[in-house]
Amino acid sequence: MSTTPLAPAASPAPEASHAPGASPRPVAHPSYLGVDTTLRSWLLTTDHKRIGVLYLVTLLATMALGGFFALALRIEHLTPNATIVSAMTYNRMFTLHGVIMVWLFLIPSIPSSFGNFVLPMMVGAKDVAFPRLNLLSYWIFVAGSILVLLSTGIGGIDTGWTFYPPYSSISATAVPLALLGVFIIGFSTILTGLNFIVTTHTMRAKGVGWMRLPLFVWSIYATSIIQVLATPVLGMVLLFVVVDNGLGWGLFDPARGGDPVLYQHLFWFYSHPAVYIMVLPGMGVVSEVVASYARKNPFSYKAIAYSSLGIAFVGFLTWGHHMFVAGMSKFDAGAFGVLSMLVAVFSAIKVFNWTWTLKRGAVALKTPLLYIFAFLFLFVFGGMTGVATASMSLDVHWHDTYFIVAHFHFIMVGGTLTAFLAGLHYWFPKMCGRMYPERLGMLSAALVFAGFFVTFFPQFLLGNAGMPRRYFNYPPQFQVLHIVSTVGSWVLAAGLILTAFYFLWSLRWGAPAGPNPWGSRSFEWRTASPPPKHNFRREPPFEIDPYDYTQPLPDEVYQ
Amino acid sequence: MDILRAILALPSGGSTVADRIDLLHGFVITVTMLVSTFVFVTAAWFTARYHRKQDDQLTENVSATRGGEAVLIVGILSMFLLWWVIGFRQYVEVRDPPEGSEVVYVDAKQWMWKFAYADGRVSNDALTVPVGRPIKLVMTSRDVIHSFYVPGFRVKQDVLPGRYTTLWFEVKEPGTYPIWCAEYCGVSHSLMRGEVRALGADDYARWKRQGDRPPPDADCGRGPGSCGDTSLVEQGRLVAERRQCVACHTLDGQKHIGPTWARLYGSERVLADGRRVIADEGYLTRSMMEPTADVVAGYREVMPSYRGTLTAGETSALVELIRSLRDAPAPSGITLPRLEVTAASDGGTSP
Ligand code: HEC
Ligand code: HEM
Ligand SMILES: [Cu+2]
Ligand SMILES: [Cu+2]
Repeated sequence: MSTTPLAPAASPAPEASHAPGASPRPVAHPSYLGVDTTLRSWLLTTDHKRIGVLYLVTLLATMALGGFFALALRIEHLTPNATIVSAMTYNRMFTLHGVIMVWLFLIPSIPSSFGNFVLPMMVGAKDVAFPRLNLLSYWIFVAGSILVLLSTGIGGIDTGWTFYPPYSSISATAVPLALLGVFIIGFSTILTGLNFIVTTHTMRAKGVGWMRLPLFVWSIYATSIIQVLATPVLGMVLLFVVVDNGLGWGLFDPARGGDPVLYQHLFWFYSHPAVYIMVLPGMGVVSEVVASYARKNPFSYKAIAYSSLGIAFVGFLTWGHHMFVAGMSKFDAGAFGVLSMLVAVFSAIKVFNWTWTLKRGAVALKTPLLYIFAFLFLFVFGGMTGVATASMSLDVHWHDTYFIVAHFHFIMVGGTLTAFLAGLHYWFPKMCGRMYPERLGMLSAALVFAGFFVTFFPQFLLGNAGMPRRYFNYPPQFQVLHIVSTVGSWVLAAGLILTAFYFLWSLRWGAPAGPNPWGSRSFEWRTASPPPKHNFRREPPFEIDPYDYTQPLPDEVYQ
Repeated sequence: MDILRAILALPSGGSTVADRIDLLHGFVITVTMLVSTFVFVTAAWFTARYHRKQDDQLTENVSATRGGEAVLIVGILSMFLLWWVIGFRQYVEVRDPPEGSEVVYVDAKQWMWKFAYADGRVSNDALTVPVGRPIKLVMTSRDVIHSFYVPGFRVKQDVLPGRYTTLWFEVKEPGTYPIWCAEYCGVSHSLMRGEVRALGADDYARWKRQGDRPPPDADCGRGPGSCGDTSLVEQGRLVAERRQCVACHTLDGQKHIGPTWARLYGSERVLADGRRVIADEGYLTRSMMEPTADVVAGYREVMPSYRGTLTAGETSALVELIRSLRDAPAPSGITLPRLEVTAASDGGTSP
């Protein structure tokens, strides 16, 4: 297997030079990093690339915070009763862990960082359609996140990330503040989605038709549609809980005439589509990475592109599968079950397409591709356990147990997080102009995969055995599996910390990447790394397809 | 079966539905394992087989065929639909209590389970049932949402405030089976545990004679300490008088300001807006808590809401009373003279 570190496609270092002969202006242009280096120029930037980097740095910080809570939760479960914290603290921690990971990390993760950075380049544009709105979206996100984190300071919140009333209507913790924070973050989600939709429609360069868009654009486009349509429902329902809890309205509290099941319908009307907000962008990364390292066209471009839209659409019709035992009619339950099966078929189509893209390719095994293999295994497993829970009699047993916890972590961590890490390794050279150390990358990918599996696989078994989720005390017969799971979380953490170290190291000492270290045909690789402020110095003709590996890549770099 | 359970870490199957559900479980999980391994191995094999040989290697375009795609989609979809068909049928079975189930009322609150049996006794956290007979639980909560979960029976149902939900099971073997609350309900959620004690016929008969006495402060509808030997139906009668339901409803089949309760339970109700619903526990409680939600055709909307007035214990007693009247003699058709009762007392807290 090729582990030769960094054999970039023989291009010279980015800032020192430019592609031979092709560029019309023989001077080196400052990269987007070099144009202006003041703090102010960063905080008030409207450059999509800088905003992407701002998001990336912020999101890595929130992920670290969420991860810190996760490790603490796992340590708590080393023993059946109190280990390091009290029950109340435990409840606040799992709530914060969930809220941070879902709204402060996973939902914006890939779209706001890599989407912002590469989507405009992929469509051949200078920037997104509304650059200032983009900056606003970032600061709204920061403001909302600060509110959420402030709520920790004034008592935290102990309802679980699902905020089910009437518990959330009467909980004495800082529910209103935290929910307002999430509410505000919602605006950022909507603005980003809107921006990407308009950018994809109106900013495509000449020659970049819909069927020539890199597949990542398709998946971000589908995600954006969900973001724009579903997030308002979340906003509304969260406000209702805020007035219930803060002002005693009782819209969802039966003691005051409200209906708690209505809340669940509204919440999942957003939150099931939201799971696709989290996973569709990851699927986009997979499509890019697989094609680039296999040097081959996708097995079926259209199937991958359209199934993204299919998921976005049918994903809106399955929310009821979260409520099979919440008190819904048998007919409704059956209908939601069957619709859930449909949405899974779209994902299955993608999985087989990615795998068969490797066939007759010229595959180079690099860290991102290793992560994609982890993704394939974990996502298929996690997705099929989703289908299993939609086989309704099984869900009666599994609902609200560790089985469900394992199911969604397989997809959200095993799927989205590994895709995020794949994307990080894949585009890092583009963002910073430097390579990461390949061997260490492979090592940490292996650690992340192993750690993840050891952490979450036992949770399927715990769920089968009947261990309910959100339990502080647990019956002692579950201790062995809990210990295994906790040890796994340390391996996972080790892999991630190692990754953080070598990326920091590479920022300064990594080998120069050159414009296109992977030999990809996708448009973002046709400019320098890091790219100049306006992405392409000349209007590029994009004469060859983003997945055309039948002919050599023209030498020209449009920097 | 035992091997399957051991591999999947499932508890032994104590109820009549457990075996079939576990078989489906085994089937579904086996396919899941096989498919994910298959995808992973195929990807790894392609990677090894089509390894990049030189740095600027080119490849031919390879594309899926329409036929291949169709076969794939149909294959996957039929596997999923097969699971759904089996799962849905089992789900319906788990949800529909068989005719003639024995009823126990469950009253959940932070952080305990209270059980009220038809003969008037109550117990906390321990539910005693006979083996070999279907048991139907009619459940409500006094505060937040809880979820009644017996892993050994493979059944679970959320327990909601202001509504009644039902769950049934039939135990196969005598023994004790843990009950865990599965819906997060606050700081002691994980301590909200109980157990089902399933007794053989003899033991059950003995328990019926002696039983666990109700705790002295138990609430059977007349405030703390009101649990005596009166059966739940008897208590229901008392509540109906105390809360003045009988000002508008009769128990003997006669029409009054409101419909009679005789033969009401289980019958089909025609509502003012044309809908037809079966009068089950859910409908009955809704009629008390939210009378305007389902107005019976031919009656005026004069019944006050009892939400927040009736305690959960009182509500169970009333529902049990109405259930006991399902086989009452046929209505005589006489209409009592109308008393001018206004809904003024808004729930009538005075005795
Ligand atoms: C002021 C008169 C009045 C009082 C007092 C009253 N009800 Fe009613 N009730 C009615 C009327 C009228 C209807 C039919 C219209 C409707 O469904 O709202 C009704 C309907 C019902 C129904 C549905 C019956 C059906 O035929 O489907 C139930 C159950 C019920 N009441 C229970 C109670 C209970 C229990 C109480 C006491 C706690 C009570 N009611 C007190 C007037 C009253
Ligand atoms: C593709 C990405 C997916 C993600 C990110 C995802 C995520 C989640 C999450 C977060 C939950 C639990 C929510 C909670 O209760 O806190 C959940 C539950 C569930 N998922 Fe998925 N899921 C995905 C795919 C699927 C698929 C394809 C199906 C079915 C076809 C599915 C079926 C279910 C069901 C039925 C539940 C509810 C189980 C229960 O609570 O009892 N999921 N999923
Ligand atoms: Cu869902
Ligand atoms: Cu609970």
